[in-house]
Amino acid sequence: MSVILKQAGWAALAIVGACALGVIALSRGESINALWIVVAAVAVYLIGFRFYGQYIATNVMQLDAARATPAVRLNDGLDFVPTNKHVLFGHHFAAIAGAGPLVGPVLAAQMGYLPGVMWILVGAIMAGAVQDFMILFISVRRDGRSLGDMIKSELGLVPGVIALFGTFMIMTILLAVLALIVVKALAQSPWGTFTVAATIPIALFMGVYSRYIRPGRVGEISLIGFVLLMLSIVVGGQVAADPLLGPLFTFDGKQLTWMLLTYGVVASVLPVWLLLAPRDYLSTFLKIGAIFGLALGIVVMAPDLKMPAVTQFIDGTGPVWSGTLFPFLFITIACGAVSGFHALISSGTTPKLLENETHATYIGYGGMLMESFVAVMALVAASIIEPGIYFAMNSPAALIGTSPESAAQAIGQWGFFITPEMLTQTAKDVGETTIISRTGGAPTLAVGMAQIFAAALGGKAMMAFWYHFAILFEALFILTAVDAGTRVGRFMLQDLISTVLPPFKRLPALAASLIATFLCVGAWGYFLYQGVIDPLGGINTLWPLFGISNQMLAAIALMLGTVVLFKLKREKVAWVTIVPTVWLLICTLTAGYQKLFHDNPKIGFLAHAQKYQAALAEDKILAPAKSMPQMQQIIFNDYVDAALAALFMAVVLSILFFGLRACLRALREEHPSSTETDNVRHQPAVA
Amino acid sequence: MFTNLGSEIGKFGAYLGQTARLMVGLPDYDVYLTHMQEQHPDKTAMTYEEFFRERQDARYGGNGRMSRCC
Repeated sequence: MSVILKQAGWAALAIVGACALGVIALSRGESINALWIVVAAVAVYLIGFRFYGQYIATNVMQLDAARATPAVRLNDGLDFVPTNKHVLFGHHFAAIAGAGPLVGPVLAAQMGYLPGVMWILVGAIMAGAVQDFMILFISVRRDGRSLGDMIKSELGLVPGVIALFGTFMIMTILLAVLALIVVKALAQSPWGTFTVAATIPIALFMGVYSRYIRPGRVGEISLIGFVLLMLSIVVGGQVAADPLLGPLFTFDGKQLTWMLLTYGVVASVLPVWLLLAPRDYLSTFLKIGAIFGLALGIVVMAPDLKMPAVTQFIDGTGPVWSGTLFPFLFITIACGAVSGFHALISSGTTPKLLENETHATYIGYGGMLMESFVAVMALVAASIIEPGIYFAMNSPAALIGTSPESAAQAIGQWGFFITPEMLTQTAKDVGETTIISRTGGAPTLAVGMAQIFAAALGGKAMMAFWYHFAILFEALFILTAVDAGTRVGRFMLQDLISTVLPPFKRLPALAASLIATFLCVGAWGYFLYQGVIDPLGGINTLWPLFGISNQMLAAIALMLGTVVLFKLKREKVAWVTIVPTVWLLICTLTAGYQKLFHDNPKIGFLAHAQKYQAALAEDKILAPAKSMPQMQQIIFNDYVDAALAALFMAVVLSILFFGLRACLRALREEHPSSTETDNVRHQPAVA
Repeated sequence: MFTNLGSEIGKFGAYLGQTARLMVGLPDYDVYLTHMQEQHPDKTAMTYEEFFRERQDARYGGNGRMSRCC
């Protein structure tokens, strides 16, 4: 009887989900309520988790509740600790959630909400969650070893080094694009700049407090820090309005770039307890709080979506980023559907804390579904604002000019109604001088979040506060990522240089560390600076590169999963990793190829270089260049970007080669040839 | 029944605190102490302050591992 009831429950859920999806898909030309998307998403996640996740757990991985996990076997109370599954879910989710799933969907909204929602749901169920789950499983069966280590031992030393190098380049692009988002959000915004700058002294105070005054009281100091942060937002409004102080905190993109570079170097050599750790407390708790707030706000406010389901920009002529729906939508959404970076987390601390193998479904597969839901909410937040405002905020100045009049006129020609007054009024509402060309996704999300939060709390008078709260929350965890990423990048670089140039090891530790720091900051700084001066906004160049690299890392992780399944002699069920791998390879290689060779200079790096070379040959100067050396600089940058795209493709193709080789070898073996640790039996306290 | 409810809420709160601390890389200190007493009674366990610093260095100390995502 209870079996029938359960089945009936799932059938009912399936019907609810299908109805919600039907409403989303069929209501063309009339606005729909955001709740339909939320309901459809939740139904799809639950069904995907219950059936596909469980299928993978039972039939593909054959998870074994009685097999001791590393946390049980190697328990040391520190790194390896059997942890309650809900507590670990929180830990894992906090580690995988970041700026990516928030920004990607906002940028994707230029094609309308429908293509984005579809890929976020399908991508998470079929690719993203499978990858996170698979890597967690593989790592748990290998004492919680890292992705790079596992590629080395399963595929070979050479692919291991290639993957390490690829990961470093991906990290470089990631840090550049994250820093660019902060620059775009803070340029000409004294309010935002003041509050973000204020986080530095607040974090320093918190660091000293939790080290010397009351050591280790994390909750207490985080609460104090939170109150100070809220105060800094209030004070920031006064500072921005002040005729004397306001200009002191008003900077352009280039100035902010140099500040961020200096910050990157200084922050990454300071002791971790002083700045990085306390900032991490703030950004982690603020992030989780804001995500919950956003979910609650959407449910309470139940806003209508104003963005059309599909816009004309699916043909590739969009102002926010260039390229057609296939392959670029799949590249742009990135982390909300599938993120290669999660493979680093799933093979990081999580596998060392897993109490029981069977919890991996909930944490690995379920954690990614939750992340995907964050992406859905970001897409909703971008779609509830007026499309005209969305395009004014996300189109580069080269296309819409810098005045409300020129922007309104250009956007009107694309078929979206907006008046100059609406643009100035919105800027005034959020406490900024202008919202035109605030590209990068974060400001758009902040406007959407401000509308949702203000509807629930404080009304229109609080819009400016919530806008800067949202900017602060994004900038905070981006700066944490810049700091932590520079440290990790430095370490990787030292490792790589020592492998290639053994004498590097003999340098004094401080010198080696400083060289690596400058190289690392220089690398992401180069791309950041290039993005800041780009008249097309930088996001147009950097985000696709980031998306391609991130999805390629995911393809690499899924290839590792496939190799492991072949080695376990389970090639019959290996389609669960092969299908998403093939799809990711098709998308990323097509996108990479188009970024290299497309005729349109907005898409192809080489076509862009040729356009400038042709002008140079005729002694003409094209904007944004103001002189011949600047023209040459642009051409040089194009070749660097092109080389990078080619490099990413080479990395993924070589891993594909080594992966296929490993699979063929495994096929010829008669017995499983995996390198799993011994199957120690234990009686789990809780199954 | 109500005493049960009270202890349930208390347990829930404890889990919430544990989750928040583990989100920033701080595992449960009591679990560590129990582990030391049961498995290594011959060794002195770290004080909470030492434990806190050790975990902080382990999370952020630049061991080449990314502890968070984009």
